[in-house]
Amino acid sequence: MTRDSTLRSGLRSPRLLWIPAAAGLALIVLPVAGLLFRVDFARLPELLTSQASLDALELSLVTAGLSTLLCVLLGVPLAVVLARVRRGGRVLRAVVVLPLVMPPVVGGLALLYLLGRNGFAGYLLDVVAGVRVPFTTAAVVLAQTFVAMPFLVISLDGAIRAGGDEYERVAATLGAGPWVVFTRVTLPLLLPPLASGVVLSFARALGEFGATITFAGSLQAVTRTLPLEVYAQAEADVESAVALSLLLIVVAIAVIVAAGPRMTARVTEGARP
Amino acid sequence: MTLRAVVRAARGQFRLSVELSAERGHVVAVLGHNGAGKSTLLDCLAGLLRSDETSVRLDGRELGSLPPHRRRVGLLRQRPLLFPHLTVRDNVAFGPRAAGASRRQARAIAGRWLAAVGAEEYADRRPDQLSGGQAQRVALARALATEPELLLLDEPLAALDADAAPAMRALLRTVLRSASKRVTVLVTHDPLDALALADTALVLADGRVVERGPTQRVLSAPRTPYAARLAGLNLVAGEAVEGGLRTPDGDLLSGLHAEGLEPHTPAVAVFAPSAVSVYPRGKSVPGSPRNTAEAVVAAVEPHGPVIRVRTRASGGWAGGLTADLTPAAVADLALDPGKPVTVVVKATAVDVHPASSLSAARSA
Repeated sequence: MTRDSTLRSGLRSPRLLWIPAAAGLALIVLPVAGLLFRVDFARLPELLTSQASLDALELSLVTAGLSTLLCVLLGVPLAVVLARVRRGGRVLRAVVVLPLVMPPVVGGLALLYLLGRNGFAGYLLDVVAGVRVPFTTAAVVLAQTFVAMPFLVISLDGAIRAGGDEYERVAATLGAGPWVVFTRVTLPLLLPPLASGVVLSFARALGEFGATITFAGSLQAVTRTLPLEVYAQAEADVESAVALSLLLIVVAIAVIVAAGPRMTARVTEGARP
Repeated sequence: MTLRAVVRAARGQFRLSVELSAERGHVVAVLGHNGAGKSTLLDCLAGLLRSDETSVRLDGRELGSLPPHRRRVGLLRQRPLLFPHLTVRDNVAFGPRAAGASRRQARAIAGRWLAAVGAEEYADRRPDQLSGGQAQRVALARALATEPELLLLDEPLAALDADAAPAMRALLRTVLRSASKRVTVLVTHDPLDALALADTALVLADGRVVERGPTQRVLSAPRTPYAARLAGLNLVAGEAVEGGLRTPDGDLLSGLHAEGLEPHTPAVAVFAPSAVSVYPRGKSVPGSPRNTAEAVVAAVEPHGPVIRVRTRASGGWAGGLTADLTPAAVADLALDPGKPVTVVVKATAVDVHPASSLSAARSA
């Protein structure tokens, strides 16, 4: 018998919870495992290197990258302003999370009626600049940004409010104006939650389907991202759809692994001391 | 006078109304209990809180309308609040950098101030590698590195443990004394800090100044119950009469009149908790002390090496007093809350001072 003097928690969770907990875990693991069983590993290289698959993968990575960048450029200022508004913060927060609770298809439709040929902004853009947004790669990026940005804004907003503004106040008494305070104090302190927000937004953008297909359509190499390709292939070639799904899962796992330490860091450090 | 501040502000039901003035090189202590408005006052001086009725003049320069970063104030809080993403040196260099110094100049300035507070050896550490006392030293260096004209200290010793506080107090004493042109406002609830560091003191209660004057005077001869409580002294109010003080109930409290005390004017009797003896009620009191009154024990709590007993009134002037007894005496007398007792105060230990009405305190 071995004895271990390492201290460990004397608390344990009630046994009764283990049953639904196991069922919950199974609900996540089993479908993925089921998919893995269906993969035809012999045909896998051929399926994944088809032109359509490569186009979809490239488009997905490029658009998800661009929309994540857009999320940072727009979402960080939005979160900082949101966390410091004196009035109406609750209403604004509800507006910001709207894309999170709204079905993505509805979001895509809304974008279409804003920027489509009959939408007022779309009409203006067409007439004034000759730009048509729907059914272009730009539309994919917009649709992904629309659904992904709330993840970034919420994780930052929570971190800012949990951290309070004591450091910013001290910085102000040290002679730092609002912009210096933002760049040299607020932003560096927000890096851990920002990292997790970026990962979440990227993952959400990568998996985006409903808003994209409604607003951007499904044109190979232009708007047909990986999830759209999976959907298209599910009708024609199930083997191919399964292979692409595997690819999406691998990318998702890579994202989680890359973000792993950051995610945990955010939970422990995100709320500033 | 180089600092003249009038701070009037409201937040919900709380109203702050304070006038404050100080000369260059002087330290003003703002004393008061939690919720008296001390920190709000400092935030108004720093510009972190603003109200239209607040005016802060430094050498005739009006700061009231300036944002905090233009006021040239330094603020040191209870917690050091060092920026966790910067090294100690870069923390101290932050102010000079914000003021436009080059990176090298700022680091040189930081080095000088770290040396001044005896913290140069930690220069390359991260804030989370410092003890509380070390971090507070660095925070002081950071506040001083901007060479503020107005230095605001918000309970700078309150979060330090008993070992670190005396060293930090000594450091503050050195730094504040050597300043020739700075005005310092020190917020504290600890009379020791005020006595060690401040030239003058004002006592804040419910957002208003109830007493002000030289620190020593305010804390040794308080004129109001607030100041007496802060100083840890007992205070009984009444009217000056021959040989002592007449309480509103008509009891006579014998004591020594301070100079210039006019008979039949408002007065306060002040005495230390150590001058108060407590006996079980009904027992004969030894000797022939002149000041006895009945009370009930309200609370018994340790206070350093002695036990502090608080009383509540049961008629007479002996309610709300504190008495310092030895643990043995408390055990002997079985002093538990609710026990009726007789309180005795030696007449020679009682000082009777003129009472300062609120208006008198303001103009002092």
